[in-house]
Amino acid sequence: MLIRRAADIRPSEITSETLYWNRREWIAAAGAIGVAAMSPTSLSALGAARQQGPVARGTPYGLQPNDKPTPWEDVTNYNNFYEFGTGKDDPAQNAQEFTTRPWTVKVDGFVTKPADYQLEDFLKPHKLEDRIYRHRCVEAWSMVIPWRGFSLSEMLKRAEPTSQAKFVEFTTLLDPRRMPGQRSSVLDWPYIEGLRLDEAMHPLTLMVNGVYGRDLPNQNGAPLRLHVPWKYGFKSIKSIVRIRLVEKEPVNTWKVSQSSEYGFYANVNPEVDHPRWSQATERRIGEFLKRKTLMFNGYADQVASMYTGMDLRKNY
Amino acid sequence: MGTWTSEIVQQESKSVRDRIRAFREPRGFGVLLIVALCIPAALAIAGLLSDILAGTRYFGSNPVKEGEHFLGRWTLRLLVATLTITPLRHITGWNWLAKHRRTLGLFAFGYVTLHWIAYAFLDVQLDWGELKTDLLKRPYIFLGMTALALLVPLVVTSTKKMIRRLGGKRWNRLHKLVYIVTILGVIHYSMAVKQDLTYPLTYALVLAILYGWRLSRWSRKPAIGPSVA
Repeated sequence: MLIRRAADIRPSEITSETLYWNRREWIAAAGAIGVAAMSPTSLSALGAARQQGPVARGTPYGLQPNDKPTPWEDVTNYNNFYEFGTGKDDPAQNAQEFTTRPWTVKVDGFVTKPADYQLEDFLKPHKLEDRIYRHRCVEAWSMVIPWRGFSLSEMLKRAEPTSQAKFVEFTTLLDPRRMPGQRSSVLDWPYIEGLRLDEAMHPLTLMVNGVYGRDLPNQNGAPLRLHVPWKYGFKSIKSIVRIRLVEKEPVNTWKVSQSSEYGFYANVNPEVDHPRWSQATERRIGEFLKRKTLMFNGYADQVASMYTGMDLRKNY
Repeated sequence: MGTWTSEIVQQESKSVRDRIRAFREPRGFGVLLIVALCIPAALAIAGLLSDILAGTRYFGSNPVKEGEHFLGRWTLRLLVATLTITPLRHITGWNWLAKHRRTLGLFAFGYVTLHWIAYAFLDVQLDWGELKTDLLKRPYIFLGMTALALLVPLVVTSTKKMIRRLGGKRWNRLHKLVYIVTILGVIHYSMAVKQDLTYPLTYALVLAILYGWRLSRWSRKPAIGPSVA
């Protein structure tokens, strides 16, 4: 329902972004108090069949007028999480038994307050927010996902990075007993990702522990993952156990595996093709006709300034 | 005592072998094969239509990609099946299999056509610029298209009339193209997958066994080799 409403707004009618968000929030609120079935006739057959599971709530960030949240069913069954298998539906099947408690997160490197946190203590200081983000995979498919989490910057500020800290390196759990995909050498385990410090400090960069208002399902990277909405999905590392402030650019796993196809920056860019496919368009999960991919996945206004003067063709 | 046992074993093994060799073509096998080979295609078409038009998830969350890959994998299976007929005939003595090889080959072409339709119409959605870039700049697409094109002369010459017109020897030589087509298909597959080469390598292994079997036969009996391949 939320969606149909949004689609009714023509871009030209949006005079102010704030007004638009207010409208979205109002609709979300309406949904929350159970007026969800207000206009069932306006739902397309496709929409109707796919509207299953919980209702998406949260503040939309950078959504386009025709963006609507991807159903829970798709968000939790179509996953790239090689730690649980290389098929899209493997994680949903193989991650069921995965235990995420107890869970320790190590924060170290160039910080004045390094620590090993129990997950609960790691989360405690932060106010969780529901934010609806666009998600674009390097494989040219996309979703709109209502994450729950907090800005990574808040957590980093608490750790107090020193002046030597230039990058942040993230590490996924390494435990082949619990993550069966790690028994195969399809990638160089553990999975490593990294961001430049300014990217990590950007308010859009989200530490995620929930989706659709619920705890993160295992296949989505429980108990703690990252989401960087203007970068290809593989940057948004899952099941994080370590956050390290470093001086040199971290060497991320996909870059190690195939540096001609996957770089460090991995900013969504319709003008720079993947060697094996175009990045100019994308398939929104649940839709048939392709959409045009937006520069920085639609977050250019917020993030483009971080890359001025950089050759984005070279720094893919 | 010892001799007696081994004789029995020998006799038994001989009779099993004879029984296998004596197995005749079941009645209606040809029709059954055709019906069976239609099933995956029918499921693919029905599943894709339902997923795209009604929002079901028979092919998961990304039906176009999944359906496209499903059809590609069936193409490879059928190509490999055509190459299995000759070794199977030699091992089992079921010469009646030979006449069904054409069915397998024609269905392989049918599946690759559906695979291409899924790619061009549903995936790329007839974006001509994109189709051109794919063909010219993306080697795995080029290899796939080449393999498809090389199958066309084989389909055209698949009738009895064409066999007669070409003559057995020339026809045989032409249809050796299927060895190349299948290799191209497996390379296309392995280049298309992102990272996990398990399935493409399985196909490559099966091909290696099938081709190895032929090579060893040809090197032993060069005179017969080509005509039975």
